[in-house]
Amino acid sequence: MRFRDHVVVGDILELAQRYRDEGADELVFYDITASPEGRSVDRSWVRRVARVLDIPFCVAGGIRSVADAEEVLGEGAEKISINSPALADPDLITRLSTRFGAQCVVVGIDSQTVDGTYQVYQYTGDPNRSRNTARRTIDWVREAQERGAGEIVLNCMASDGVRRGYDIAQLAAVRRECTVPLIASGGAGAPEHFVEVFRSANVDGALAASVFHSGSLPIPTLKSFLREASIEIRP
Amino acid sequence: MTQLAIIDSGGANIASLRFALERIGADCVVTKDSKVLRESSHVLLPGVGAAADCMARLRDAGLIDTIRGLRQPLLGICVGMQLLYESSEEGDVVCLGLLPGRVQRVQPDAGLPIPHMGWNQLEFEQSAPLLHDIHPGDYVYFVHSYCAPVSEATLARCTYGSSFSAIVQRGNVYGAQFHPERSASVGSQLLRNFMRI
Repeated sequence: MRFRDHVVVGDILELAQRYRDEGADELVFYDITASPEGRSVDRSWVRRVARVLDIPFCVAGGIRSVADAEEVLGEGAEKISINSPALADPDLITRLSTRFGAQCVVVGIDSQTVDGTYQVYQYTGDPNRSRNTARRTIDWVREAQERGAGEIVLNCMASDGVRRGYDIAQLAAVRRECTVPLIASGGAGAPEHFVEVFRSANVDGALAASVFHSGSLPIPTLKSFLREASIEIRP
Repeated sequence: MTQLAIIDSGGANIASLRFALERIGADCVVTKDSKVLRESSHVLLPGVGAAADCMARLRDAGLIDTIRGLRQPLLGICVGMQLLYESSEEGDVVCLGLLPGRVQRVQPDAGLPIPHMGWNQLEFEQSAPLLHDIHPGDYVYFVHSYCAPVSEATLARCTYGSSFSAIVQRGNVYGAQFHPERSASVGSQLLRNFMRI
C-alpha cells in the first residue's frame, strides 16, 4: 500500500481487511513521504491494523533508529523496512538486525540503470529530493545482507507505476547476488507479469500496489492464474 | 477456567500474538511473574530474535525453572519452540530441555534463501488434538533461520530444501515453528485447538 496523500486510518483499515479477505500473503505499508520530510511514520494506525490482520505485515517509512523500530514492532508489525535511512546510516541495518533478528529487517532499494550499471536512489518519495547515491545496486545488496538484512525489496524505478511488467533483467542480476529472500517491486500490470517474475527472476515474492488498489487485478484471480501456471502459492 | 498467559520474553511478536488471541476470544495476560504463569491454565512462549538472547532474558527474569516445572499445556512459538529443546546451534546455547534434541541451522538445497521466510505447506506425521481441523497441505507462515529436526515429537513437518519440525508435542509441551498469529485461518485454528487442550 503506498499512500502519497493523507489517508485516514479508517481507509487503511478497510483496505487492510479487504486484502486480508482476498488472500494477500503479506501487506507492506509505505509512508513514502516520511523520510524526505524528516519525520517518522505516524504509528497510531499500526496497532489498529495489527488487531485486524492475521497475515504478516511490514511497516516502512522514516524508521531511523532502534527505538523507532521497537515502537513499530511493539505495536504489532511483523517487520520494518528501511530505505533512505539505511543509505544515510548503513550501520542502522546492523543495529536493527542485532536487536530484533534478521527476519524483522527488510531493506528496500530504489534502483535504476545509470550509465550501464544499476544504481541506488535515495529519498525517492519526494521528486524534489530524490537523488542518485552513486552506489552500485549490487554492492548495496551485498552490504545490506552482510549487515544482517533478512529480506531485500528491489523497486525498479523505471518500471514503477507503468504496469508493463517487472524489470526481469535487473531482478535476475540482483537474484544472483542475493542470498536472502528477494521481493520484486515495480511494474506489475497483468497476471503474466507475476508468472514471468517468479519464473525468470526466481524471486521469493512479488509486490504490487496500483494494480490491486484500482481493482483491475483481484488477488483471487491472480492466484488462480498463478496456480494454473504451476507457481506454488497459498490459495 | 481458561486463563492464558504469554511469557513476556521481550520478543517483538508479543503484541501480534496477543491480538491473535483476542481475535479468537481468548482472555490472556502478558507476564514475567512466575506465580501468574504457574496459576494459568495455558502458557505460551513466543520468541523472536536469537535463541541465546531469549534464554538470557528468561534467565534474567528468573523464569527458567518455572517454565521447566509447568504441568499445564505450554506452547512455544518460533524461537519459543526452539527454546524447548536441549540446545541450539545458534550461539551454541543450552535451552530448556523439555524436548530432546538440538536446534540446527536451516539446511536448504543450495540456492534457497535464508532466512526461510514465507508460506509453506504442512505435512502430517501424527494425529493429535492440536491438529484438529488443520489439514495436510495447509499453508502457514514461517520466518526462521534455525529449526528442529524431525523426531518422535513431530506432529507435522515442513520441507524447505530439507524437512524440519513444524509442529511438535511431547506430553504437555507443544511447539510451532511457524507463526500461528500470522498464519491466517490455519493459525487461528491452531491457537483455538491449543486453548481447548
